[in-house]
Amino acid sequence: MPTTLTAFADVTTSDSALRRFLHGLPGVDAVGLEARAAALGTRSIKTTAKAYAIDLAISMIDLTTLEGADTPGKVRALAAKAVHPDPTDRTTPMTAAVCVYPDMVATAKAALNGADVKVASVATAFPAGRAALPVKLADTRDAVAAGADEIDMVIDRGAFLAGRYLETYELIKAVKEACVREDGTAARLKVIFETGELSTYDNIRRASWIGMLAGADFIKTSTGKVGVNATPANTLLMLEAVRDFKAQTGIQIGVKPAGGIRTTKDAIKFLVLVNETVGEDWLTNEWFRFGASSLLNDLLMQRQKLSTGRYSGPDYVTVD
Amino acid sequence: MASLFEYAPAPESRSVVDIAPSYGLFIDGEFTDAADGKVFKTISPSSEEVLSEVAQAGAADVDRAVKAARKAFEKWSALPGSERAKYLFRIARIIQERSRELAVLETLDNGKPIKETRDADLPLVAAHFFYYAGWADKLDHAGYGANPRPLGVAGQVIPWNFPLLMLAWKIAPALATGNTVVLKPAETTPLSALFFADICRQAGLPKGVVNIIPGYGDAGAELVAHPDVNKVAFTGSTAVGKAIARQVAGTDKKVTLELGGKGANIVFDDAPIDQAVEGIVTGIFFNQGQVCCAGSRLLVQESIHDELLDSLKRRLSTLRLGDPLDKNTDIGAINSAEQLARITALAETGEAEGAERWSPACELPSAGYWFAPTLFTNVTQAHTVARDEIFGPVLSVLTFRTPDEAVAKANNSQYGLSAGIWTEKGSRILAVANKLRAGVVWANTFNKFDPTSPFGGYKESGFGREGGRHGLEAYLDV
Repeated sequence: MPTTLTAFADVTTSDSALRRFLHGLPGVDAVGLEARAAALGTRSIKTTAKAYAIDLAISMIDLTTLEGADTPGKVRALAAKAVHPDPTDRTTPMTAAVCVYPDMVATAKAALNGADVKVASVATAFPAGRAALPVKLADTRDAVAAGADEIDMVIDRGAFLAGRYLETYELIKAVKEACVREDGTAARLKVIFETGELSTYDNIRRASWIGMLAGADFIKTSTGKVGVNATPANTLLMLEAVRDFKAQTGIQIGVKPAGGIRTTKDAIKFLVLVNETVGEDWLTNEWFRFGASSLLNDLLMQRQKLSTGRYSGPDYVTVD
Repeated sequence: MASLFEYAPAPESRSVVDIAPSYGLFIDGEFTDAADGKVFKTISPSSEEVLSEVAQAGAADVDRAVKAARKAFEKWSALPGSERAKYLFRIARIIQERSRELAVLETLDNGKPIKETRDADLPLVAAHFFYYAGWADKLDHAGYGANPRPLGVAGQVIPWNFPLLMLAWKIAPALATGNTVVLKPAETTPLSALFFADICRQAGLPKGVVNIIPGYGDAGAELVAHPDVNKVAFTGSTAVGKAIARQVAGTDKKVTLELGGKGANIVFDDAPIDQAVEGIVTGIFFNQGQVCCAGSRLLVQESIHDELLDSLKRRLSTLRLGDPLDKNTDIGAINSAEQLARITALAETGEAEGAERWSPACELPSAGYWFAPTLFTNVTQAHTVARDEIFGPVLSVLTFRTPDEAVAKANNSQYGLSAGIWTEKGSRILAVANKLRAGVVWANTFNKFDPTSPFGGYKESGFGREGGRHGLEAYLDV
């Protein structure tokens, strides 16, 4: 299996070459895609499979707070929750990461106190991405310098929708370089397409390829700040993209649906999509994440239900 | 498929359906024994467990059923359409209310996955009754002039692949137009039709309007030949269809035949590949390929053959074969030992003729009738597996170079029931669809059914249309 991008080297040499490549990707039939996602949504996940899926889902959460009103106290509460999601049951796995704005990275890092929970930071003028390139890069470097393990960047949807694909590609490449720390290691880069604004599935497939070619470690659906965020269909499509990319390059890329996933039932549907589209290579928080905040408590309540046989209710999980 | 994420068994409960140890024939509103006392057993093809013992209709029973239908015809046909509609709406609602029970029953008797009976068969059955209920008082506006008249007694013979759905396709338009019915379900799947008989009683349908006579081919032949039957409707094999056509030749019986097929699923190089793969899977593995309109011939443009086959094989490896009552089962059991033998023999012929056979790693249950999803590549028009209807989960893969060649190969079949076109180019869909000699042409989808859409064949796939406004014509004296 090839493990390089050499096969695609000529694709990014010019705007027109990139356009030809992206427009030559197979189209997406919206009805068929949504039907497939819905069909997988009817899988019945019970007992042992459900227990496995719940713990896996908890371990895949990027526990997120991205509000103007975020304070150090709020971020510390979030960090504590990420490390001990269920204070009544210490067998509960930790979440994958906490996800905050760049100015909260240091606070989060300190609050986690060395626990095996990553700090992810949004950057590049999140969520709109409407800033000059130097500002976006400075935003990224600032977060990395503050200790971020992962950077969640947004693409310039304006550039993409205007057809400036190479500019979109180069932005991602530049941010990828800005993720490199002084010691030569690098923060992992998640690239947010804001699929709700790209609007068509063809666009989502093209954006996925731009991201993958530019060196994204993860491709991510949404900011959570627009009307349509992660859906089973757009996540399925992105899973197909990373599957095809790995088949052609040997390079594995993660997927992160974000926004709008609130219930255990929903989360399990996404895990079924992963299982039956890309398989078990992606069934780990190294390669699949949920960007979510309220999802965690529902998973905890379902987890308690499985272990005790009864529903506990919202007063038995922490509100942070 | 050993995986980290192993789905635990999720069986639908059998307790929602209560199958009696024995059933009679349903004639003139009553369940009765066969005149000669004969019975036969119906089994569950996934386990070979005997489900029930059913009365077996003979010539005397056919005659009794036709007489009952004839007697009921006068009053039934004289009812205002709006009154007949009330019964049909009532039947449709009862089917919806009892859909879980009927889905489990159908899965037990037929062997198809509960996912399909729950999400496809039963919703379509109810939809058919609702749809034709709506026509019952609007026949004046169906395009056949004012006050079109029913034909009389309809003798209907249906297959085992969609037992309750084929019953709905036959009975709903017949009743809506004012005919009365004698229906013979297939000998391997009589139970849902008998439950339907119970639903007719529950709906208060007048006696004799619907008569259900389980039995074998001899009872079907008696029914078709009965002099007092005005209309023959048959869905099943082309061989039996031809026999029926010979039998009714020279009589004034009106006939519709819905027979075999060898549907071509044409994938162009500009197709939405991931969705095409899903459509190919739906086309040939839905209901274990036991579908007359199955897309059993895959015609793929040579330039994308290898890429598409890789995707298809990867996808087939995720299909879940096993207990049909498990909600996560994709592929259920073959309906009978006889059908399994036929599929097995044809697949062996394919191999003997040099086609390359492939199946995903797939463990078959020890009891019951099972056949792994199978692909044949390196198939040409000259291979038996490219020409004969297999009626099983076996896909033959052929290639083409140009749209003209695709059309020529697709049409080069004794059948003409269904076809599929996969391309992102709308103009190509229209151009190719116009040239295909098939009763149904799906574009960027496959095996989609709707009661508003007429269905039927060209050539040896039969004649007459079922469904939609067109489906009324088969039951009206026009």
